[in-house]
Amino acid sequence: MLEVRELSKAFGGLKAVDQASLDVRAGEIVGLIGPNGAGKTTLFATIAGFHKPDAGRISLQGHDITGMAPHRICAAGMVRTFQITQPFARISVRENIMVGAYFRTADRHEAASLAEAVANQVGMGDQLDRPGSDLTVAGRKRLELARALATRPALLLLDEVMAGLNPTEIAEIVQVIREVRRAGVTILLIEHVMQAVTSLAERVYVLNQGRMIAEGTPAAIAENPEVVEAYLGHGAARVLRA
Amino acid sequence: MRHLALAAALLAAVVYPLLVPNYLATVGMLMFFTAFIGQSWNISGGFAGQTSFGHAAFFGVGAYTSTILQVTYGWNPWLAWPAAMAMGGLVGAGIAVLSFRAGLRGSYFALITLAFAEVFRIAANSASITRGGLGMLIKADQRPINFQFKDQIWIYYLAFALCLVSLLIAWWLTRSRFGARLVAIRENEDAARALGIDVFTEKVKVLALSGAMCAAGGTFYAQKYLYIDPNIAFGIDKSVEMLLVTMVGGAGTIFGPLIGSIALTTINELTRAAASVFPALKNVQPLSLIVYGAMLVLIVARLPDGFASLLGRRRHA
Repeated sequence: MLEVRELSKAFGGLKAVDQASLDVRAGEIVGLIGPNGAGKTTLFATIAGFHKPDAGRISLQGHDITGMAPHRICAAGMVRTFQITQPFARISVRENIMVGAYFRTADRHEAASLAEAVANQVGMGDQLDRPGSDLTVAGRKRLELARALATRPALLLLDEVMAGLNPTEIAEIVQVIREVRRAGVTILLIEHVMQAVTSLAERVYVLNQGRMIAEGTPAAIAENPEVVEAYLGHGAARVLRA
Repeated sequence: MRHLALAAALLAAVVYPLLVPNYLATVGMLMFFTAFIGQSWNISGGFAGQTSFGHAAFFGVGAYTSTILQVTYGWNPWLAWPAAMAMGGLVGAGIAVLSFRAGLRGSYFALITLAFAEVFRIAANSASITRGGLGMLIKADQRPINFQFKDQIWIYYLAFALCLVSLLIAWWLTRSRFGARLVAIRENEDAARALGIDVFTEKVKVLALSGAMCAAGGTFYAQKYLYIDPNIAFGIDKSVEMLLVTMVGGAGTIFGPLIGSIALTTINELTRAAASVFPALKNVQPLSLIVYGAMLVLIVARLPDGFASLLGRRRHA
């Protein structure tokens, strides 16, 4: 469904993403992990059209979307969320989600009912009339998810929707994400919470210093010495095995 | 209840000029007129969050377009009016394209609009088509077909109608997809983009709409006073007035500009009256500006959402 080939993006002299490739197949949940500063968010932003790539190619459902503007990529069926949540603060949760829903319909009532349906889907049904600025961290994360879902994407890019949540909230949102996938949405997610990645993702990609260093099942990735070293430092794998 | 209040307000506005002396009818006319151009600012500055310090550019373009067409080319002013609006819309879209292509946001956009208005003022001061600093006179011929009225009550009703139309446009914004997108852009441009909004196009559209409305106000002004010059048409006072009534009344609300305009017009008239009663105040000129300033400080500090936020919790649409 999503094919990223040798994508590169540099800021000044810093190669934030360096020839990274990845594939997401329809119906999958794929994880993207890596230490802080590995370039995960840059890779996401580039895929979603927020940065123009320096090199490489991105295609979505067979169509080349390299360098397209975000709204056109959204029309092609892929939408991202933000790691640092960006609620529309002064409007209600309902109106927040309606902005996403308006992507598929110009009709106000239709948008409102779609927004309500999505809010229920992510467990925000009882918060529809609260202003965006009133939400807790968990609420904001859900709102990010809900707004993105309201555009009816085929592929959802989730940037750390679990960061800052407590274990109960994580368990809840893991459940929500599972149900989103069951409803037919393919998901690529950046995550730091390893337990969540292990329980959600079929496959995991590991990015380190802008390069894709491993790909595999969560179990295989956890055993991969290169991955362990990326997180814990050079030589760590040998020390741990000893 | 709210419908009843609206109906009562409408009725009061209709009978008002029939009951009061001419002077007060003119004050009412100015109130509606200022609310109208304030609303044009509110649509781009309040709803879409694209603060402008240079809306006089649109106002002046409207005033000059209709006046030149009328005086120099012999157009009927009623026909010149839509032409002026189209021109205002074009200038709005043009300024938006240039500024947003260059990636200007927030205070940078506000400053560039101020610069545009100044460029227009200087150009109008030196070009021959605008008769430079002399300004342009419209020949008095008080017939309705000439957009001039013997009985000033018609000017009042025209200003009232303009204000109503602008309120309807603002109301439509609170209920339409276009309006929802503008608010999303105001609240967070990046999130708006991620949700499939073509931010650039929407911003160009709203400035075209706002520019056309403001230009309509320019023509109205020229027809009322039958004279314009570069400072009247493109002066910073007009830009500030539009911004001020909106901020005072409540930016991004339907009634904000009207409430602000009522407040400022009242202050204006009261201070003028005070100066005539207490001769000592004559030397404190213009007193109204001092009161405006103090009020603006208070509002920004204590009531950042304007007077409209006092009317219950009116939703920010």
